[in-house]
Amino acid sequence: MLFGILVNEGPYQHQASDSAYLFAKAAIEEGHKIFRVFFYHDGVNNGTRLATPPQDDRHIPNRWSELAAEHEIDLVLCVAAAQRRGMVDPDEMKRNKKDADNIAEKFRISGLGQLIEAGVQTERLITFGD
Amino acid sequence: MEEELESGVVKKFLYINRRAPHGTVYAHEALEVVLIGAAFEQDVSLAFIDDGVFQLKKDQDTSEINTKNFSKIFSALEMYDVEKLYVEKESLELRGLTEDDLSVDVKVIDSAEMKKLITDSEVIFNF
Repeated sequence: MLFGILVNEGPYQHQASDSAYLFAKAAIEEGHKIFRVFFYHDGVNNGTRLATPPQDDRHIPNRWSELAAEHEIDLVLCVAAAQRRGMVDPDEMKRNKKDADNIAEKFRISGLGQLIEAGVQTERLITFGD
Repeated sequence: MEEELESGVVKKFLYINRRAPHGTVYAHEALEVVLIGAAFEQDVSLAFIDDGVFQLKKDQDTSEINTKNFSKIFSALEMYDVEKLYVEKESLELRGLTEDDLSVDVKVIDSAEMKKLITDSEVIFNF
C-alpha cells in the first residue's frame, strides 16, 4: 500500500514523531511504500540538524534523515509553519536574508500543496499528533 | 507557488476541527490547509466538533491577546468553493451554544450523522 504520513508535533516533547517513524519503518519492512512524510505545526522542528540529544537517547532528526536516505522517502517541512518557527533551508536563508540555515539532510521545505497532494496520491494518509 | 494536480482525481476531503480557535495554533494552521487545499478542486467538507465549534462563534475579538482574528475567514470560504460546513449538535449543546451564535451558515448534525460523514470520507485531516 502507498502511505502518506503527517506529523503534527515536534520531536522529544511528544511521541507523535516517534510513532510516525516506527510506523514508517514497519510499513517499509512489510513491503509498503511511503510516498511522503509531511511535517506541520511544531512538527517542522523534526527537521533541524542542530539537535544534540544525550548519547543514550535517540536522535530523532537524524533517524528521519537516515530512513529517507535508505528508502528514498520525501521529507517535507511546511514552509509557512517553518518560517514561523525558524526552520530554514539554503533557499529560505537567501530569500528571507537570514544568517544561517538549519535544515537536516534529506528534508526539504515546500508548500501545503504537498500535503494535499499526499492525500490525493496515496491510499492512506495517516496523521500522527494529538 | 502551488502546482495544481493534473491527475483529475477527486477525493472526499474532510477537515475535522476539534480545538478552540485560540490557546493553540492548530485551528489557525488548519484553516491555512483548507485555503491552500481549495485550489486542488477536491470534494471538501469541514466538520466542527468538541471545542472546535467555538471557531465559528460570532463576534470574536482577539485584539487584546495579540493573535490574528481568523474567524472572519470562515465567511469567505464560499469564495473558495468550500461550502459544506458541518457542526455537531451535541458539541454545541454541551457548550450552551445554538446555531444563532455562529458566524456562518452551517449544517447541524448529530453525532451519528457525524460518524457517517467521517466514515464516508477518504482523506481526513484531524486538527
